[in-house]
Amino acid sequence: MSENVILLAIDGSSGAERALAHTRRRAELGGAKVVVAYVIEWSPYSFNTPEENAERHSRRESEIAKAHDSVIGPALSYLTDGGIVVDSIVRHGNPTETLIAVAKETSAAQIVIGRRGQSGLKSLIFGSVAGNLIQTAPVPVMVVP
Amino acid sequence: MNRIIIALLATLAFATQAQAGIDESINAFTAPIAQFVGTVVFFKISVAGAQLPLVVLWLVIGAVFFTIYMGFINLRGFKHAIELVRGDYADPNNSGEVSHFQALATAVSGTVGIGNIGGVAIAVTIGGAGATFWLIVAGFLGMSTKFVECTLGVKYRTENPDGSVSGGPMYYLRKGFEERGMPGFGKFMGTFYAVGIFIGALGIGNMFQSNQAYVQLNTVAGGALDGYGWLVGLILAGVVFAVIIGGIKSIARVTEKVVPFMAIFYCFFAIIVILLNFSSLPMAVSNIFTGAFTGEGVAGGALGALIIGFQRAVFSNEAGIGSASIAHAAVRTKEPVTEGYVSLLEPFIDTIVICTITALVIGTSQVADPNFAGDATGVAMTSAAFERHMSWFPVPLAFAALLFAFSTMISWSYYGLKGWTYLFGEGQMGQTVYKVIFCAFVALGCIVQLGPILDISDALVFLICVPNILGLYFLAPIVRAEMEAYKAKLETGEIRKFA
Repeated sequence: MSENVILLAIDGSSGAERALAHTRRRAELGGAKVVVAYVIEWSPYSFNTPEENAERHSRRESEIAKAHDSVIGPALSYLTDGGIVVDSIVRHGNPTETLIAVAKETSAAQIVIGRRGQSGLKSLIFGSVAGNLIQTAPVPVMVVP
Repeated sequence: MNRIIIALLATLAFATQAQAGIDESINAFTAPIAQFVGTVVFFKISVAGAQLPLVVLWLVIGAVFFTIYMGFINLRGFKHAIELVRGDYADPNNSGEVSHFQALATAVSGTVGIGNIGGVAIAVTIGGAGATFWLIVAGFLGMSTKFVECTLGVKYRTENPDGSVSGGPMYYLRKGFEERGMPGFGKFMGTFYAVGIFIGALGIGNMFQSNQAYVQLNTVAGGALDGYGWLVGLILAGVVFAVIIGGIKSIARVTEKVVPFMAIFYCFFAIIVILLNFSSLPMAVSNIFTGAFTGEGVAGGALGALIIGFQRAVFSNEAGIGSASIAHAAVRTKEPVTEGYVSLLEPFIDTIVICTITALVIGTSQVADPNFAGDATGVAMTSAAFERHMSWFPVPLAFAALLFAFSTMISWSYYGLKGWTYLFGEGQMGQTVYKVIFCAFVALGCIVQLGPILDISDALVFLICVPNILGLYFLAPIVRAEMEAYKAKLETGEIRKFA
């Protein structure tokens, strides 16, 4: 771990906003580099119609472009305003698994993620990315409330 | 659009008065047409007392040739195909594109249709138990044909300005022959195929499906729907209309998600029936093997059984027809061969697994009670075999048949559309015309009887095998070169597992 890398996972929610603010303070103090990651939920094992498959590539491009424009872009400029070295990744996949893979690839020292604060039934059915990360991530995870 | 609705309503009003008369008169009209088309396409030669349709011979020779030429890829590529579908070689940087699994699932739900339930029963009725053996052999050989056509489908696809992709035999025939210095011939072959798939989509992927779904519904309803084929047809056509013209994708999405589970459900209960008939199993299996070589009680003997087995196998798994390569073309991969590998699994799942299971359900029932189905054939026969043990089964079977039919119709509406747009361009107006025609044939399928439907469906589909397989022979060296290059990359580790 030659440099101090923080992996910030965001999804455009208010929890992610708070995680972003927190990460900026941390990075300013510790002189860390921040990798901002946005995972578009997607599974290679779903069942599609032939038409959906044919349009998949252009759909993917526009999903990635949209993520950059509306989520990643503002976060990056907020961080660079603070003089922080940044990088970004947008990827399709299972959020938890993908974030772990990205953390390994970027040799992140820690993962910062906002909390959605959903409770009860919803998190029982859909699970929580923050919760899953805590259980399975190879590096420390900071959950911002 | 309003005019169409008015026309439909008018038909409905008229039909209500005419009641069953409609079904009869349409039958009388279509039967001779079907017979004529059937005779032309299934031009038969007499071999040792059996009638051998040339087109079946054409397919068998093709499948055998590709199996040998590709070095038994159907056996040797099987393990790699499973690794690819599992995603072992998937580059995480390409995630979000159509995965191998998705391409396979889409193609399989297009092929797993009524043929797997009803087509097998037809094969066994006409060709005896021995037809099952040849059905499996045909499935095995068909894996190689699929390998070749799906590799080509990806290699020669076209990217449209809007970023979507179009591929399939019409594209590889045109571009492939162009590469080989025969642009004129390629153009002709591409057009021939496009016309064929457009018309064929109305048969195998349409009328046959809606017809058998109606038959099973009627069986479950205890014959209460006799003479109401037009009504069932109109309803089915209406739902298809809603999806392909109305753009109500949710119906299609739900179907695509439910069909795989229905297939598993069907296989699960089929295996239970086979187990319940366990004492008849050894006899049923031995009938399959002896029947294959003696052809007892079958017109044309062993050769007759072989012909029917092959015919129904192709009808079910579509190897040689080229339709699956249209579905596979959507995958973005640096290595077109990988789609070839994945597509190997389709005839395996469709024919070697599902059709064989159905054949065993029927076979074991026949051993236990030779007259279990009475005069019934097609889906009704399979249904009767299940009913012997589970009186409630015909209802879920009708539901499964309906869904299989529906998903196959949706897939084929797309295949036919690709043929149409190849011919007439991507214009919206033209596409709508095609889709309306497609829906009309869905309704027609429920009205006419199985015999003529089967003749016309078979005829139309086999017609497209002629340009497709001819093209495959010419382009096979390209596929083999791709395959060798890919294998070399696997060996040197240039292409390796990510997981």
